[in-house]
Amino acid sequence: MQLALFIIFGLLAVAGAINFLLQRHPINSALSLVVVMMSLAVLYWSLGAEFLAAAQVIVYSGAIMVLFVFVVMLLNAGEEERTHGSRAAYFAGVPGATAIFCLLSFVFLTNSKAFGSTDLTSHLTHTVNNIAEISQVLFKDLLLPFEVTSILILVAILGAVVLARKEQ
Amino acid sequence: MTVPIAYYLILAAILFSIGVASFLIKRNIITIFMSIELMLNAVNLTFVAFAHMWHQITGQIFVFFVMVVAAAEAAVGLAIIIAIFRTRQTLNVDQVNLLKN
Amino acid sequence: MHLSDFQTFLLLSILKIVVVLVITLTAVAYTVLLERKVLGRMQNRWGPSRVGPFGLLQPLADGIKLFLKEDLTPLAAEKPLFLAAPVIALTCALISIAVVPFGAVTKIAGVDMFAIADVNIGLLVILGITSIGVYGIALSGWSSNNKFALLGSLRATSQVISYELALGLSLVGVVLRSGSLRLRDIVAVQSTHGLLSWNLFGGFQFVAFFIYLMAAYAETNRAPFDLPEAESELVAGYHTEYSSMKFAMFFMAEYANMITVACVATLLFLGGPSSPFGSLLPTPSNSILAAVLPIFWFVLKVFAFLMLYIWVRATLPRFRYDQLMSFGWKFLLPVAMLNIIATSLVLALRG
Repeated sequence: MQLALFIIFGLLAVAGAINFLLQRHPINSALSLVVVMMSLAVLYWSLGAEFLAAAQVIVYSGAIMVLFVFVVMLLNAGEEERTHGSRAAYFAGVPGATAIFCLLSFVFLTNSKAFGSTDLTSHLTHTVNNIAEISQVLFKDLLLPFEVTSILILVAILGAVVLARKEQ
Repeated sequence: MTVPIAYYLILAAILFSIGVASFLIKRNIITIFMSIELMLNAVNLTFVAFAHMWHQITGQIFVFFVMVVAAAEAAVGLAIIIAIFRTRQTLNVDQVNLLKN
Repeated sequence: MHLSDFQTFLLLSILKIVVVLVITLTAVAYTVLLERKVLGRMQNRWGPSRVGPFGLLQPLADGIKLFLKEDLTPLAAEKPLFLAAPVIALTCALISIAVVPFGAVTKIAGVDMFAIADVNIGLLVILGITSIGVYGIALSGWSSNNKFALLGSLRATSQVISYELALGLSLVGVVLRSGSLRLRDIVAVQSTHGLLSWNLFGGFQFVAFFIYLMAAYAETNRAPFDLPEAESELVAGYHTEYSSMKFAMFFMAEYANMITVACVATLLFLGGPSSPFGSLLPTPSNSILAAVLPIFWFVLKVFAFLMLYIWVRATLPRFRYDQLMSFGWKFLLPVAMLNIIATSLVLALRG
């Protein structure tokens, strides 16, 4: 069951990411990124992180990507043109990204045994409540960082308003 | 059927490399910004996978904070993009070169 | 034939999904009729009355009409997205019904029959799916390549993402009271003393209910917040270029969203499927009656909420756009936060 979920949504995520890379129009890229994020949400759920799955859908696909689509629509951005910078980046970027991928998968595969495999029995029988656990840590042990992020968001809102406002 | 954690990590590696590649190849500043989000998502997946592996909730909390920071970053970043577009009428990063020379 | 546990679960789940889907689509069709009838009466006219007795077959006639119309696609439209937009809108409107428990816990072969899926983060799932629904509206306006459609969808998108905050914050008080995001638990907290233990009255969440109501009208793009489709300014808004079944899908999505919002309001504020009289009414000894009665209460509450929707549409004029934004950001959001502070203070002092 979990393997099937992983294969379906893992392939969907990879396909979405490749489509994101190949599409020329920003709206199409944004939509493929939404597909990636939704499939990642399912994978989070399959790893027993249901709160994060919901947060991923609400925050990433429901707020951040909507904002991106909104800005693309607002600025009426067309298809991007290839310029001299992109050719140089193409020759440097693709081998570089492949090298990173090869290095990472080499490390992961050699240590594959140490990582073990997923075990969802405690999650499926509801002995563990993910949200209760998260709130315990978030509101007791990590209260200060949590409050600091709220200040960060406040600053970000103010900054965004100041930056996007038309100058008189 | 269980899935080895390494598979999740390799999936994250694939997504991260695609994010790096598109960060370098794309010329539209909005899409470049989106590639950063893709990389953040890939890293989030590794955090959740490791949290599951160690049976620790801390990894998930970290993802939560990454999401919050990403949201704040998206708000400010898009505001900057709108400001750039207003003054230069372009979204191509190669043409935003006022400070060059 | 002997079925394993998983097979019975699968069969019963498919059965539930099909039944709920059919019922929801019928309910959507008849909500349209109800709205037209009630609006007609409120404006001193008859409303549809020709097709069938009391116009009861009008939804069927409307369906046939829309189905037989010519399906136009503008030449300059972005074809794939133009097709995908109504599908996204309708699917997102229908999926959220899946986590709504619409009856008391009744198990047949170990499967809860009156809720398709009892998820422990049901409320978040509903919020997530509604936030995905924005894409349908945003893409429809952008892909039509029509400036009225684009303006309508820009308005709709900014309106929906602004009011989603107030909507989410208004629900926090309810979640604080029940201490769970599972919709069944939220209902269970309210079902002890009937009417008096509803979150709306006994939970002192009427401020939250008011905010939820306003935000829900804005989320579903309904009067008095129906600016995205203000015909005096924007022709028809984001679905200007849509015709035939694609238009019908947007239309159905709007009413399906109304029904979802009504279901959520019922579950969170009006006690869900529990009886409003609490223990005053004796619990029926007949097991079939015991299963059907909660569904009756649930449907009644949803119906009452839909009537409120229609009543407001017939009564209130449309807001101006800047009024809409300042109302959402400067009034609803602070009030929702004050409500959270007050609720948590009371709960902390009592607990």
